[in-house]
Amino acid sequence: MATVEVIGVKKSWGSSVALEGITFTAEAGTLVALLGPSGCGKSTTLRLIAGLDTATDGKILINGKDVTDLPPAKRGVSMVFQSYALFPHLTVKENILFGLKVRKVPAAEQQARLKRAAEILGLEKLLDRKPSQLSGGQQQRVALGRAIVAETPVCLMDEPLSNLDAKLRNEMRREIRALQQRLGITMLYVTHDQVEAMTMADQVVLMNAGHIEQDGTPEMLYERPATIFTAQFIGTPPMNILKFARIEDPDGWLARLTVPDRDRSTIALGVRPESLRIEDQGLPATVQSVEYLGADSLIETTVNGERAVVRASGNTRVRPGDVIRLAWDSGATHWFDLSSGFRIG
Amino acid sequence: MKRSTAAIHGWLLLLPAMAILALFTHWPAFATLIDSFFSTPRPRRPQRFVGLENYEVMLSDPVFWQAVSNNLWFAAWTIPASIILAMLMAVLVNDRIFARGFVRMAYFTPTVLPMIAVANIWLFFYTPQYGLLEQILGFFGFPSHNWLGSKDTALAAVTVVAIWKEAGFFMIFYLAALQQIPPHLAEAAALEGASRWTYFRRVQFPLLMPTTLFVLINAVINAFRMVDHLFVLTRGGPDNATTLLLYYIYEVGFSFWDTSYAASLTMVLLAVLAFTALVQYGVLEKRVHYR
Repeated sequence: MATVEVIGVKKSWGSSVALEGITFTAEAGTLVALLGPSGCGKSTTLRLIAGLDTATDGKILINGKDVTDLPPAKRGVSMVFQSYALFPHLTVKENILFGLKVRKVPAAEQQARLKRAAEILGLEKLLDRKPSQLSGGQQQRVALGRAIVAETPVCLMDEPLSNLDAKLRNEMRREIRALQQRLGITMLYVTHDQVEAMTMADQVVLMNAGHIEQDGTPEMLYERPATIFTAQFIGTPPMNILKFARIEDPDGWLARLTVPDRDRSTIALGVRPESLRIEDQGLPATVQSVEYLGADSLIETTVNGERAVVRASGNTRVRPGDVIRLAWDSGATHWFDLSSGFRIG
Repeated sequence: MKRSTAAIHGWLLLLPAMAILALFTHWPAFATLIDSFFSTPRPRRPQRFVGLENYEVMLSDPVFWQAVSNNLWFAAWTIPASIILAMLMAVLVNDRIFARGFVRMAYFTPTVLPMIAVANIWLFFYTPQYGLLEQILGFFGFPSHNWLGSKDTALAAVTVVAIWKEAGFFMIFYLAALQQIPPHLAEAAALEGASRWTYFRRVQFPLLMPTTLFVLINAVINAFRMVDHLFVLTRGGPDNATTLLLYYIYEVGFSFWDTSYAASLTMVLLAVLAFTALVQYGVLEKRVHYR
């Protein structure tokens, strides 16, 4: 078990800055998801922790030891690549044993670890095949096997499920999580899929444009988003953000809310689509379209020209062109500063 | 389209290439085979069927055997040396090294130059008294030596030229193959603690095997085909020390005008090449991993 600490790490290539000072800690034995849109620097962060790239500034500690300048092999990390990076000319067995042979682990020990990993991952019957004879999911398992047998305290995963189909992805998500908990590994998991991050992780580090937007549990990110970016990145469909000054309120409905004591034109009001209800009294909204999803329907409306989505039950009778009233519990209101994007209160 | 019409269309599309191949490759080869069973036509003595006589002459022709042994020696050095050099150069210039583009170009330059030009450059290197090699060795106090004029060193000297010329060409194939290897493999190996050498031995080298097979076949063919530099450097001398098979065939055919004997020599060369190609494919194919 090992903690991973990233302290003020910066990375730039020439004048282009990829990371502008990242600090977070992954506690021992937890699964930490590095989440963010493509190009936000999450893979770069992972590669810096792995030692495949070197940080321009800052420190990386693994289990309290400064590894910033150590080569990848000396850091006690294993890694699963997005492309799996299996050696195409070697069999499954040889792929899994590659690192152990390089490290000159005794043969009996090699076989024991191989047997254990193959059992855990259900690879027993595939050991003599080449990667090209395996399905995507099986290749994924081999890559996992190679990471497991290394028995390193830290495992890094770079979008490991992005090449699998939706069904398999769900299965592997559960399997990887179970494996991580069973073996007590500290796992850093890069993904751009918020569902993956929310369902698997103990802690989510949400990144955007080279910095951390928010670092916390999935519940914290969903319930108390620190910025407008977080609010709109976590949750599907994203949180509705309305410029407060532009909202018309003929029913005087907004009087129930505790509005921050500020200039109204500088604040935004955020409500999640699933918190909105259609009632007799509330903010007037014009229905633009209704998207039927089965259990739910997503009703896209405009509130004074601004877009707001409502998650309603599947059998809603609202039709495009209708004018409805939107209401919500005052506790479901989020306030943000419009210019900085930060949460108020 | 009916099946028969499709077949006719197919054959029609193939026809131009087939006709040219047949005219300039297959027919000459076949005609050479026929010629090798006849005597060389002379003004007063027309061509006649002699059966295997040309081949019998060959068996007792000391220059032929000298050419064979020279050629085997030439092949035994040029093939492995140029392949190993090519692989090393490719691995070197595939890594991030200083002035990579320049080094790549420098390695490839010999390939771009015509062999005649290359031979002339090396002729200067080997020149006794004031050649480059002489001057360098002289500087370190070694005695003067006529590299191309001495029986002991002439064949080695022309072999070096061939290696120098070939390695850069083969390097390009290796470089292309190396760039097909996903960079993640090197990173995965680095994470496992593999050294540069282990990575080469266990990953790069096996993944280069298809290229090595291709390059090997080319190297073998070239070892029996490359004679241009002999015309400039030694003309087969001294005392046939640098006479290679193809050079001997040229001499017999176009200096002595014994075309039938040259035809039978050609058949032997073709048979040897065909046989080695078959062996290479048959034996090595099974041990090569194709992606």
